[in-house]
Amino acid sequence: MANLTLVQAINLALIQEMEEDDRIILLGEDVGKNGGVFRVTEGLWQRFGGDRVVDSPLAESGILGTSIGLAMAGLRPIPEIQFEGFLGPAYDQICTHAARMRTRTRGAYTVPLTIRVPVGGGIHAPELHSDSPETIYTHTPGLKVVMPASPYDAKGLLISAIRDPDPVIFFEPKRIYRAFREEVPEDEYTIPIGEARVVQEGEQITMVSWGASVIQCMNAIENCNHSVELIDLRTIAPMDMQAIEQSVKKTGRCVVVHEAPKTLGLGAEIASRIMEHCFLHLEAPVQRVAGFDTIMPYYKLELDYMPDAARITKAVEEVSAY
Amino acid sequence: MPIKKALNISIEHVSILDENGKFDEKLGKNLIPDEDVVRLYEHIILCRHLDEVAFKLQRSGRMGTYPENRGQEATSVGAVYALEGKDWLVPCYRENAGLYLRGLPIEYVLLHWMGDERGNQIPEDLHITPIAIPIGTQMLHATGLAWASKYRGDGGISCTFFGDGATSEGDFHEAANFASNLDLPVIFLCQNNGWAISVPSSIQSSAPTFAQRGVAYGMHSVQCDGNDLFAMVKVVREAAERARKENRPTFIEAITYRLGDHTTADDARRYRDADTVEAWTKKDPLIRLRKYLDDRKLWDDKREKAALANAKEAVSAAVKRAEEIEPPKTEAMFNSMYETLHDELILQRETMRTSSIGQNPSEIDPAVSLHAQDTTD
Ligand SMILES: Cc1ncc(C[n+]2csc(CCOP(=O)(O)OP(=O)(O)O)c2C)c(N)n1
Ligand SMILES: [Mg+2]
Repeated sequence: MANLTLVQAINLALIQEMEEDDRIILLGEDVGKNGGVFRVTEGLWQRFGGDRVVDSPLAESGILGTSIGLAMAGLRPIPEIQFEGFLGPAYDQICTHAARMRTRTRGAYTVPLTIRVPVGGGIHAPELHSDSPETIYTHTPGLKVVMPASPYDAKGLLISAIRDPDPVIFFEPKRIYRAFREEVPEDEYTIPIGEARVVQEGEQITMVSWGASVIQCMNAIENCNHSVELIDLRTIAPMDMQAIEQSVKKTGRCVVVHEAPKTLGLGAEIASRIMEHCFLHLEAPVQRVAGFDTIMPYYKLELDYMPDAARITKAVEEVSAY
Repeated sequence: MPIKKALNISIEHVSILDENGKFDEKLGKNLIPDEDVVRLYEHIILCRHLDEVAFKLQRSGRMGTYPENRGQEATSVGAVYALEGKDWLVPCYRENAGLYLRGLPIEYVLLHWMGDERGNQIPEDLHITPIAIPIGTQMLHATGLAWASKYRGDGGISCTFFGDGATSEGDFHEAANFASNLDLPVIFLCQNNGWAISVPSSIQSSAPTFAQRGVAYGMHSVQCDGNDLFAMVKVVREAAERARKENRPTFIEAITYRLGDHTTADDARRYRDADTVEAWTKKDPLIRLRKYLDDRKLWDDKREKAALANAKEAVSAAVKRAEEIEPPKTEAMFNSMYETLHDELILQRETMRTSSIGQNPSEIDPAVSLHAQDTTD
């Protein structure tokens, strides 16, 4: 066991998987000698050499497109997109090829790759360094979307993602890259993709979140008079509906919290599924606490945009008073 | 059938005031009048000082991430000097000096890096597009802007600035292809500063020049010393003439060097050796310009002191304006979303302080203000 940050947990997972599987190649902007702009790949270029940890040209479509080729040839590329705001040029390759390859070839070709992407706001970064686009990729059939909220989960989920036979987008919430440490086992372990985690059990209200917002939820719950059950989705696609259903059937009330804009954010999908699965158990409408339907503002206003403990607490009160 | 040469290309490298201050009288004759050289030198002093101040502001928590311009100022200053006010400047983020020369108030760029969109609210008629964060994307806009100038026949052209790294993005290639094939008056000004964050320019192109990227699209392409104000003025002037008279684009590779870290979030010591940086500090545009002015008795220590004092005054006034601007109101993130806001956005805006998301207007409790620090009323 070691007490690690989320960055260190991911770094450790990459090292251990690369030691075991020489099909793994890392590629992206600044991932080599510099160890990535967040130092997630620190030391890997020195350890595994420039053939396996590759500083690519500055081209996200290139990074993704070549990764698809590498993966189709049986390798296990792990491309990094430096910030979620720069997924734009890669979108075409991810959505029109990586996501569709298995289906359109009826399994003749597959694309087992893990796309690592720092995500989300709250770090006073410049424009396009703070967005939350997970819905876009969840709405793209053929992709798996993962977003851990703790170092322990990050390591186990990343290993699962790397070993997964299909394309996985592994979103790393940069706000909590170094926010706290956690005991992380030295040995390799996996956390299944598609399994939520009950962070805290409770009786009166279910709260569903993922990524850095989970920490905001915990802050809200700490000073809350209600018994809240907090579910960290961990995997967004596929979603662990069973965990949500079980909890909501017990509590009858649910608050969903996410940084992404409200309209068509995952809260909408979750609320809708709760209607389908738990309608007769509901005591109140599902409440969403989300980013507004605006462009993620520059950092002077970013904390006004992102759900915080105060807004989450308000939702808990609204839902329990219903 | 004999095998013939399909193409012979050669690319010129233009240098007029070299790193030792040696001036090519023939090439440089009448290029920039003395009083303008003085003015531009003073302008670069100001920008250099601003860079230092901005760096300190970031370090002391008064500004977010900031990309230093240090060492590259001559590139954009020379270009903007050679252009006309109606010509579009389409920058990335390392062209402060050129933007200020055009007339952008200094505090705009400061505000941008202080996390405030008002820094992008470019005053009318400056013909400057906002700083482009996503690499390579702005060159297509420059191409469209130039297209509009051609369509309207207003005589304007556009000049887009980008780095060596940016030429790897697909958007660059699309822009160059459009501009050349549709005969558009665009200047593609590539600032080859050796690096894209930690990645050396050799990873972006293994060809001997970046300039030949322009040749590939059939446009006139030239390389020059980007730390040489005179060379910059010459090549940009020629490119502007080509654009204005023939509607033809030009690719310019300006060779310069990023003397500082990529941004304040970077530590270049991790990936490049001090000796190379040291060698480039000697090629600083300020050093050679000072020599040029000294040789012609246009300058002395007293004037240098005065220029620095002026720079300090201008920069601290700009910092003051940037820092004393009233904090943005939360509403601001809604208000410029569309020309006319739709109901859902209005609802979210009106109830954001009283509801968890703003969809329960009937339950507004005026006593609850989650954003008490930012009251707008
Ligand atoms: C599309 C996109 N990808 C990645 C980044 C992250 N990034 C910011 S600056 C930079 C390097 C740019 O290098 P270059 O074009 O040479 O310009 P320079 O910074 O050297 O002036 C990178 C990779 C970005 N801003 N946009
Ligand atoms: Mg560069």
